[in-house]
Amino acid sequence: MTFPSFFPGATPVVRLIEAFHRLPGIGPKTAQRLTYYLIRTSPEEARALAEAILGVKERIRFCSICQNMTEADPCSLCGDASRDRTTLCVVEEPLDALALERTRYYRGLYHVLHGAISPLNNVGPEDLKVAELLERLKGGQVREVVLATNPNLEGEATAMYLHRLVAPLGVRVTRLARGLPSGGDLEYADEVTLTRALEGRQDMR
Amino acid sequence: MTRPKTSKTEAVVLRQVPSGEADALLVLFTPERGKVRAMARGVRRPSSKLGGHLEPLDRVTLLLAQGQNLDVVAQAHLLHSNLGLRESLEALACGWYLADLVDAFTPDEAPNPALYDLLVEALGWLEESPQPALLLRWFELQLLGLAGYRPEVYRCVACRQPLASQGHAFSLPDGGVVCPDCRTGQEALAPLSLTALKVLRYLIDNGFPQARRLRWEAPLSQEVEVFLAQYIRYILEREVRSAAFLHRLEAWRRRSAAPATL
Ligand SMILES: [Zn+2]
Ligand SMILES: [Zn+2]
Repeated sequence: MTFPSFFPGATPVVRLIEAFHRLPGIGPKTAQRLTYYLIRTSPEEARALAEAILGVKERIRFCSICQNMTEADPCSLCGDASRDRTTLCVVEEPLDALALERTRYYRGLYHVLHGAISPLNNVGPEDLKVAELLERLKGGQVREVVLATNPNLEGEATAMYLHRLVAPLGVRVTRLARGLPSGGDLEYADEVTLTRALEGRQDMR
Repeated sequence: MTRPKTSKTEAVVLRQVPSGEADALLVLFTPERGKVRAMARGVRRPSSKLGGHLEPLDRVTLLLAQGQNLDVVAQAHLLHSNLGLRESLEALACGWYLADLVDAFTPDEAPNPALYDLLVEALGWLEESPQPALLLRWFELQLLGLAGYRPEVYRCVACRQPLASQGHAFSLPDGGVVCPDCRTGQEALAPLSLTALKVLRYLIDNGFPQARRLRWEAPLSQEVEVFLAQYIRYILEREVRSAAFLHRLEAWRRRSAAPATL
């Protein structure tokens, strides 16, 4: 969508509206509202926002162990001695790990795949952090892998695929219970549903 | 032609492309309109009332509202889910391949009701069949026919004479067999044994209940598979995306023991 430049000579305004509009979940109305809000705020507030955005781009990278987003490598979870190192929870996206963390039920570590197998959208196993997962399992410390991929077709396929790869290594492989509504994304499930799904995880056969 | 503001249609979901936070662009195959693209808002939220019935390979009835650029899914009702395919990675990979082929061979908004029926039938067989290789070859040939690329396997494409029993090859640009007399040596040829040629005829001329009775051994099934993959690649001028995943699983199965690497 393009916005008319109703303010002659106000190209920066249009540029900012368009930049907001490109963000997920932001429609044209919201993009305009955010822009007008920023025009009226103090220069300090605007600068803080700009710096926060740049900070994300400059300082956030992927943890070399779990592949999650982090500022320090390894991330705080991987570096936390109180976490259970015998259990790995495999998720598609960093936000899924965050959603599971909010349950406070899970005490193990994570592994972020950065996607799910989706041949129709040109994503194969080689495009995911699967080799990194197998590398972690070689250490022999991990005794259970919890597959927490999304309860949709791609997520199920990814879980079945990983089960085949991991099971021969003698590691217990579990899958979140089916209490999760199918077809959705894990990150939108509420804490109660997710906790139940974790409690009811089952061995994959 | 103008369409009404909303329309009801049956469809098989060929593909779901995530869009924005929780939306998805759906590529649908319908009996009346052929391939249609539509936006499903909020479909990736577990709480969405559309969720769970708009995944690839699902057969649904949809109410589509005409949007500015794209139709929008107003309502969805599940007719047949892909539950039978969900339990097996091989079945799922095959189902994806069928959907991918239909997507690759059809332009948008070009009705092809026979192809719709073929897809629905093949997905049904897939849920039953533990050995899908024969189904895939049968489907490929039937789809080629319905998409206008039916291979000529009875007569020479150049001289139109019925084929003798020896020395044939398949001309990819002509989409059919050329006899030894007509070959110029210039055309892009695919080798084809007489037995493989007979298999093609059998699979083209029969419905799946008959076609599935075919018993074939590994070198022959391999030859037919490679030949069809080559012909399809020649027509599309590219690889079929989901075929790579299917081949990976097949290679896996052949080695039988699970590999230590990807
Ligand atoms: Zn980490
Ligand atoms: Zn001839």
